[in-house]
Amino acid sequence: MPNPTTPQTPTTTPETSTPAGATTPTAAGTSGAAASGVAGVPAVSPTGSQGGGRGLLSLVPRAEGKQSMKDFKSDQEVRWCPGCGDYAVLAAVQGFMPELGLARENIVFVSGIGCSSRFPYYMNTYGMHSIHGRAPAIATGLATSRRDLSVWVVTGDGDALSIGGNHLIHALRRNVNLKILLFNNRIYGLTKGQYSPTSEVGKITKSTPMGSLDAPFNPLSLALGAEASFVARTVDSDRQHLTSVLRAAAAHPGTALVEIYQNCNIFNDGAFEVLKDKDRALEAVIRLEHGQPIRFGAPAEDGLGSKGVVRDQASGDLRVVDVREEGTDGVLVHDARAASPTTAFALTRLADADTLHHTPIGVLRSVERPVYDTLMSDQLDQAIEAQGKGDLATLLAGNDTWTVTH
Amino acid sequence: MTSQVNSTAEQADHAKPADSAAASQTGPAPTEGQHGAGTSKETRQLDRVIIRFAGDSGDGMQLTGDRFTSETASFGNDLSTLPNFPAEIRAPAGTLPGVSSFQLHFADHDILTPGDAPDVLVAMNPAALKANVGDLPAGAVLIVNTDEFTKRPMAKVGYATSPLEDGSLEAFQVHGVPLTTLTVEALKEFGLSRKEAERSKNMFALGLLSWMYHRPTEGTEAYLRKKFAKKPQLAQANVTAFRAGWNFGETTEDFAVSYEVAPASSAFQAGVYRNISGNLALAYGLVAASVQAELPLFLGSYPITPASDILHELSRHKNFGVRSFQAEDEIAGIGAALGAAFGGSLAVTTTSGPGVALKSETIGLAVSLELPLVVVDIQRGGPSTGLPTKTEQADLLQAMYGRNGEAPVPIVAPSTPADCFDAALEAARIALVYRTPVFLLSDGYLANGSEPWRVPDVEGLPDLRVRFASGPNHELADGSRVFWPYKRDAVTFARPWAVPGTAGLEHRIGGIEKQDGSGNISYDPANHELMVRTRQAKIDGVAVEDVRVDDPGGARVLVLGWGSTYGPIAAAVRRLRGEGVALAQAHLRHLNPFPANLGEVLASYERVVIPEMNLGQLATLIRAKYAIDARSHTQVNGMPFKAEELANALKEAINA
Repeated sequence: MPNPTTPQTPTTTPETSTPAGATTPTAAGTSGAAASGVAGVPAVSPTGSQGGGRGLLSLVPRAEGKQSMKDFKSDQEVRWCPGCGDYAVLAAVQGFMPELGLARENIVFVSGIGCSSRFPYYMNTYGMHSIHGRAPAIATGLATSRRDLSVWVVTGDGDALSIGGNHLIHALRRNVNLKILLFNNRIYGLTKGQYSPTSEVGKITKSTPMGSLDAPFNPLSLALGAEASFVARTVDSDRQHLTSVLRAAAAHPGTALVEIYQNCNIFNDGAFEVLKDKDRALEAVIRLEHGQPIRFGAPAEDGLGSKGVVRDQASGDLRVVDVREEGTDGVLVHDARAASPTTAFALTRLADADTLHHTPIGVLRSVERPVYDTLMSDQLDQAIEAQGKGDLATLLAGNDTWTVTH
Repeated sequence: MTSQVNSTAEQADHAKPADSAAASQTGPAPTEGQHGAGTSKETRQLDRVIIRFAGDSGDGMQLTGDRFTSETASFGNDLSTLPNFPAEIRAPAGTLPGVSSFQLHFADHDILTPGDAPDVLVAMNPAALKANVGDLPAGAVLIVNTDEFTKRPMAKVGYATSPLEDGSLEAFQVHGVPLTTLTVEALKEFGLSRKEAERSKNMFALGLLSWMYHRPTEGTEAYLRKKFAKKPQLAQANVTAFRAGWNFGETTEDFAVSYEVAPASSAFQAGVYRNISGNLALAYGLVAASVQAELPLFLGSYPITPASDILHELSRHKNFGVRSFQAEDEIAGIGAALGAAFGGSLAVTTTSGPGVALKSETIGLAVSLELPLVVVDIQRGGPSTGLPTKTEQADLLQAMYGRNGEAPVPIVAPSTPADCFDAALEAARIALVYRTPVFLLSDGYLANGSEPWRVPDVEGLPDLRVRFASGPNHELADGSRVFWPYKRDAVTFARPWAVPGTAGLEHRIGGIEKQDGSGNISYDPANHELMVRTRQAKIDGVAVEDVRVDDPGGARVLVLGWGSTYGPIAAAVRRLRGEGVALAQAHLRHLNPFPANLGEVLASYERVVIPEMNLGQLATLIRAKYAIDARSHTQVNGMPFKAEELANALKEAINA
């Protein structure tokens, strides 16, 4: 029984009033994609709740008019260091967004802490700059409760792989409908230059004057190990490639992890120079395209690269060969949609951690599996189907009551 | 349970044997046996009884207690319960650390606590006897499962001779019952293995106690049939054991007397009642808040004792649109909830003290983002892992101050198990109206304890609906209309809640200091000063009801409490008043901000005594804010205060 010293508090305040067109929670977010689940926000027409649909973007309202890059620039002054790779990524994302054609108000960028995590301030969409490492967790709550939103996470190698490593792997295994852009500059920038979980062994920094001792993470190997359904890598300076990867990620239903090699010109300048310098990149970069033989390097007679990736028959591992010597018969054809992640994993291991030679870029893996938000929403539907819409009075009374009369 | 009835029955809270002179003899007279058979046995009337069931962790004592509670509730007694169990799921069998118990106090009048000392102890084995016998007053009834009093189980707990034979239990009315043998015998037709049959001995014991106290039995039989619906043979076996226990009481000469405790009709307002535990009431309060706010409920949580039951309960109500998310850790639990709050859900995270520590940074973010979020802390013994299954109130200062920077958070604390329902609605109200994280501080005692609850009329629940921002709210110098996410309501200082999906209100928020109004990043010193003070002023200005003082007149001393100590404090105060001591009592539901009249209330008494299950955390806050010489009385043994001990302590504090 209620405590006699604590009566009901009046709840009317100037701010509390009936929202127009409010939906009840029992209806909210329960009929298919139904409604945003939120009072006062326009409902989205349901498209059936089965996982498919390209990227599940069909639940996100379309923009009314034609959009341009300008529409996605916020009024905030961009405050990265001059020459930072983040500028190029921002421009690529702002340039790509109109292509998606989604209502700007239904796009949300969520970030953690670090240089790259300032990203949301510069996008003229909804955005949240949260706390260190937690963006995937926060975005998970947003995406699962609002399936009418396109939710993007912007994070860095320290944010996603060190302090937030747990959230990253769990978002990936759940396959929440998030697009995660992991800016990897292999250094802590915002705290002024300590080594990061992707820094090479022996890295000399302020916190490791005698060289770092930790073996680095390979973010893509990690993602595949965490059951990621979409894994890709691109480079900040290659706008066209970056955009093509963003396009594929946006279209993917579930969590898409995009690692973006990004240059920190202050604390780790030139970390990816070997992949950017035209001559050296020819030997260093393996451009993956689904359905195409994995060839790179200076062109051979057939016009494709003179190097190829083959499977070693003895070990099952992958290795690089010169097709002019060993022929093209054994060269693997890239299959991003292979059911097994084994070959994708092997591809992530090709690069030399120190020299970055044989670094694959492009979409390594893109497979469809059930999307967490969809599954969660389906359970709400099933519960209503099985039990009927919740009735509060029935719930509170329960099955075991007695009546007191006087 | 609490009630408006203030009878002299409070004196009954003094421990006394069930069979004392206070019991009026009405027998021998036939009772209305549940199986229709009359009896020639004597029946006595009691006004209240405290029973404790104790056994091994695997003996099903919690279930037995729950069933007896349910029978008692449906009979119409007032009641209060205290489950007490170890953190280990199955501690080594027959050992002292493995003892699990369930205490139930029921009465024909309103009562406030689960009782200090049991009138009746059911001990399923030597360990249960040894662990609990010290709490028994002389003359208490002791029902012992004699089958377990063999050499090895007794040796395990250090009984060199059998306490049943060595005279050490002479002070009690001992009933030795071979519970295991009788159960196995009753079930011999079922073809169960001995081990399987033995498992029903708790139901035999329940049947015996149900006979002794004239409990209705239909509910338990229906419960068993439902629980074992897929194994009808087990259902029947348990029902059979239950009935065998009843019949044993009815027929054996060892039990000559049975007892009646009349329904507590006069203690209850008219209405429909049910029994409810604190965690269940809290979960229902959250669902009700979601319905009353017309917002979907989102729970982000990570399993932790003693809060997990709320996660379990809310996970069962998906047909209310409840999204329950079991996260990878405590941080993700609150992170997901905060993300959902940004999206326009009524967001909740549930945890206990160690989880609060992990969530601190995100609570700070929620303070900065000014989004509604209910943080439920079911306090337990600390520090660190502490006593996971025991109760304590030692997270008050953590809730109040446990964040970096100036990060004020309102705090609401329920006072009884059923009150958890109203407190959850109140926490949601503050979160939604003021766009702030709110702490709801329950504890292990409230969480697992239960009491009768008058089922509220849904029509009478508070209206928690909010208005989302829908358009620009600010005019710039050039006359253009814009949306400013940190432009505040003039009265509440709440900022607008603009959820994604609303065209034209696109905005970015974050944990970096924001410029007043526009919400843009600002490192300006004067602006930071303004924002820190504004956030504090918003929480200081949260409208909460005045604290009420229960003062029969002439009191010079005020006893001030908060949270789950309400029952024991009120019981202790009743005792003292019964002895002629003038004493005022007030209980705080709002710990931040304090009620506006609290300073005045405190100033009107010569002395203020604050009992707490910590080392004086409320007392610290009161002394700091009101600069009064508040006296602290504290206890941190993982158990609620006992009314008698507390009464004595209060008496000392008054006279000191």
